[in-house]
Amino acid sequence: MLNNFVMPDLYPAAPEIFLLLMSFLVLFVDLVFGATHRWIAAMLTVITLLGCAALTLVTSDGQTTLTFSNMFVDDLLSDFLKLMSYLAVIMMLVYSRQYLGDRGLDRGEFYVLVLYATLGMMVMISAASLLTMYLGLELMSLSLYGLVAIDRESRRATEAAMKYFVLGALASGLLLYGMSMIYGATGSLEIGGVAQALYQGHSEKPVLVFGLVFLVAGIAFKLGLVPFHMWIPDVYHGAPTAVTMFIGSAPKLAAFAMALRLLVYGLFGLAMDWQKMLLIMAVLSIGLGNLAAIAQTNIKRMLAYSAISHMGYMVLGLMAGVIGGQIDPFTAVNAYSSALYYTVAYVLMSLGAFGMVLLLSRAGYEAENLEDFKGLNQRSPWFAAMMLIIMFSMAGIPFFIGFFAKFAVLLAAIKAGYTAVAVVAVMFSLVGAFYYLRVVKLMYFDAPVDSAPIAAGLDLRVMLSLNGLAIAAFGLFPDAVMLVCTTTLMRSL
Amino acid sequence: MKSQLLSLAIWVPILGALPVFWLGSERRTLVRWLSLAVAIAGFLVTIPLYTGFDTSTAGMQFFEQVPWITRFNVQYMLGVDGISMPFILLNSLITVLVVLAGWEVIEEKQAQYMGAFLVMSGLMNGIFCALDGVLFYVFFEASLIPMYIIIGAWGGPNRVYAAIKFFLYTLLGSLLMLVALIWLFLESGGSFNILDWHHLRIGMAPQILIFIAFLVSFAVKVPMWPVHTWLPDAHVEAPTGGSVVLAAIALKLGAYGFVRFSLPIVPDASHHLAPLMIALSLIAVIYIGFVALVQTDMKKLIAYSSISHMGFVTLGFFIFNQIGIEGALVQMISHGFVSAAMFLCVGVMYDRMHSRMIADYGGVVNTMPKFAALFIFFAMANSGLPATSGFVGEFMVILGAIKFNFWVGFAAATTLILGAAYTLWMIKRVVFGAVANDHVAKLKDIGGREFLVLGLLAVCVLAMGLYPFPFTEVMHASVDNLLKHVAMSKL
Repeated sequence: MLNNFVMPDLYPAAPEIFLLLMSFLVLFVDLVFGATHRWIAAMLTVITLLGCAALTLVTSDGQTTLTFSNMFVDDLLSDFLKLMSYLAVIMMLVYSRQYLGDRGLDRGEFYVLVLYATLGMMVMISAASLLTMYLGLELMSLSLYGLVAIDRESRRATEAAMKYFVLGALASGLLLYGMSMIYGATGSLEIGGVAQALYQGHSEKPVLVFGLVFLVAGIAFKLGLVPFHMWIPDVYHGAPTAVTMFIGSAPKLAAFAMALRLLVYGLFGLAMDWQKMLLIMAVLSIGLGNLAAIAQTNIKRMLAYSAISHMGYMVLGLMAGVIGGQIDPFTAVNAYSSALYYTVAYVLMSLGAFGMVLLLSRAGYEAENLEDFKGLNQRSPWFAAMMLIIMFSMAGIPFFIGFFAKFAVLLAAIKAGYTAVAVVAVMFSLVGAFYYLRVVKLMYFDAPVDSAPIAAGLDLRVMLSLNGLAIAAFGLFPDAVMLVCTTTLMRSL
Repeated sequence: MKSQLLSLAIWVPILGALPVFWLGSERRTLVRWLSLAVAIAGFLVTIPLYTGFDTSTAGMQFFEQVPWITRFNVQYMLGVDGISMPFILLNSLITVLVVLAGWEVIEEKQAQYMGAFLVMSGLMNGIFCALDGVLFYVFFEASLIPMYIIIGAWGGPNRVYAAIKFFLYTLLGSLLMLVALIWLFLESGGSFNILDWHHLRIGMAPQILIFIAFLVSFAVKVPMWPVHTWLPDAHVEAPTGGSVVLAAIALKLGAYGFVRFSLPIVPDASHHLAPLMIALSLIAVIYIGFVALVQTDMKKLIAYSSISHMGFVTLGFFIFNQIGIEGALVQMISHGFVSAAMFLCVGVMYDRMHSRMIADYGGVVNTMPKFAALFIFFAMANSGLPATSGFVGEFMVILGAIKFNFWVGFAAATTLILGAAYTLWMIKRVVFGAVANDHVAKLKDIGGREFLVLGLLAVCVLAMGLYPFPFTEVMHASVDNLLKHVAMSKL
């Protein structure tokens, strides 16, 4: 047997391998210096991610390379999504440094878990086989469960972690079951092989669709689409804000990759079936997310429901790739790149919004109620303006990136003939505008209840300013990011 | 000819607002003078638009085009014709007046107040000169943000309700328009160019749907009956400057939308649904006129009078003749001056008495003779007295309406009675009679700054009333062209 072993080409997986090795170093460094110099582990984590970014850039040649017996793929899409993930994680680390320090959560475990979760995402993003996808997903999820519970003292966090774990395990089970069905019907675990089997049309359609349903359920759980959204509000609310920020950012990119790899790369032949499923879930998510967000008084819960609705909009783009059974590459690229653009835009806005929550928090005080935003314009006009940008961007008001993301997605949906769905979606975004406006109202029209000066450090302030300005700048000049998304997909599909 | 005038008209106020924001509210004197300088600069750059305007062509002038979002073929495309150009001047002039009007009365966060108005001014200029559907939409929606803040942060007691109602109502309309714009983009084979859409052939059923989508959007903005209810709230609660900008410019955006989008893009649907539009306009003119009659709050009265006057504008558009459309456009500009002046007058009294209730006043002429003279003059213009600008537009629209159908003209003409009734009755109760109470007795007449603002508007109103030719001259070619488009079936 050993004679058959061929050393896989490790080059395309260099970032993953580097991250894994560095995570051992972080563990070791934490063991030695953890008690005295906690910042070393944080620093090392950031350096690791920067190193990964450098490796990803160096190994990126724009070609699609398969390795590890066709289980791992390195293409432009994976490079782009990975780079975005590193960026999101680095931003999260900068945002949360002080928050974690104040609460004694900046232990080595935190950084190691963040690194492993990131590794899981990277594997998901590069998965070319159903098994690789599952491995990446589990690595990410298990690390995230641990992160939610990192504050052992907090009962709410522990409860949230428990919920997350139980529901997440259920979703993993569904996904795995679906994968087994697909394997049974097509005889292949490779995503490319599945696609080929579907194309040849020898597979049993009922078994395939049966498996597809479970697959879609698993994806919907990770994206947080209605009716698989139950965990989102509780986990967002219960987890420490830094962890909420993490869950609300980079994993969305990985979940997007999962949806794209499984549904578009693998099961494109069943597009007419899964598009309908996604359509229903998108409309439900947009509706329920926006309606339920109105009733929230806790900003983390509000942002959780807002996340549900945003993922609904994203899926509108994802389900517009095939029109009437006709496969047209241009339409497909247009639709999927609009969904990609939406995801990237959402991650940027989500980071900013949770960054604001971190800005207002301080040692011993969690600024997680909407009330805490009252009169922010008097306490700090600059950061009130940043929050204004983030909120209006999320509401889809121009000139901010959120508008162009919605615009691209709506355009794809209308092009696919779902004009009525688009009308429903924009009507719910009117509902959504209400709760974003309420935050602006609290900041600008009300008197402050909390007059303590903002205690956040310089790093958080600079990062938040950059984040807010980026949302505005990419709104004024949306062309670049849009083109990057389109080119990426055009070269990777 | 390469020209960046329109870009200047948009970006000078917006970029000028940034240092104003940055100065913060402690350095009040500096903030005021800087805002005034920016506003005046913003006005000065628009003057060449008038002096360099070629009245012989209906084409777009001062044209600018830069690719903006290449993926969707969205262009940063600007240009004005005889219909839009006057509004840019009007808007930039009103901004100067608004800055002057907020000089002393705004005590809190003055930098943000001034900055918001400057940003607003630039965005509204953008709406009037955008020739790309997305660009238009982007300016159209973005202008909600500063207005929302202005009403909510500096408004009256019920400001939060009014601000949110204003925002959501207008957003409701524009979101449907967005869907229509995207539909047009796909139908035209990938172009967001409004001028291309003017030549697009569209079937009747989609035309009706598009017309309705535009109608909801623009009707809310105009506002037409029955979606007008946000306006009295917003007007009453907004600070004086906010009311002025709302009445003088923001209301014109909806009417402008009809001329730029609905009429030329879906002419058949416009003809088909014209009876509906005429009916809604007449309801606005007559019914809202009666509603204005019973108001006890001066700002509310003027708000309802605005709705009634805007009913005239929409009526003028949907009778499809030259004099009607030109009359409607003249009415829009005239209303811009007159309503701005009326709100400023109420603002002058409110600053002194902190009341807008008609019942709290009486005999103001005894203590404020200079002010009373101006106020009465604007009231006369508001009720359409000949020799004021208010008369010209209304007269033209009534003429057009009678050409179209005698009874429509007749119904429209009742506004001359109703308008006079509610405006002059208010004047009688507020200005004339014996001094009503001690507060009125202690009133001080207007100072130089207030006199300058009101006097300037009075000159405009009078000039336009006596010699409207310079205003109508620039419109002729464009209105002709518009009528040609409207007359052409696109089925």
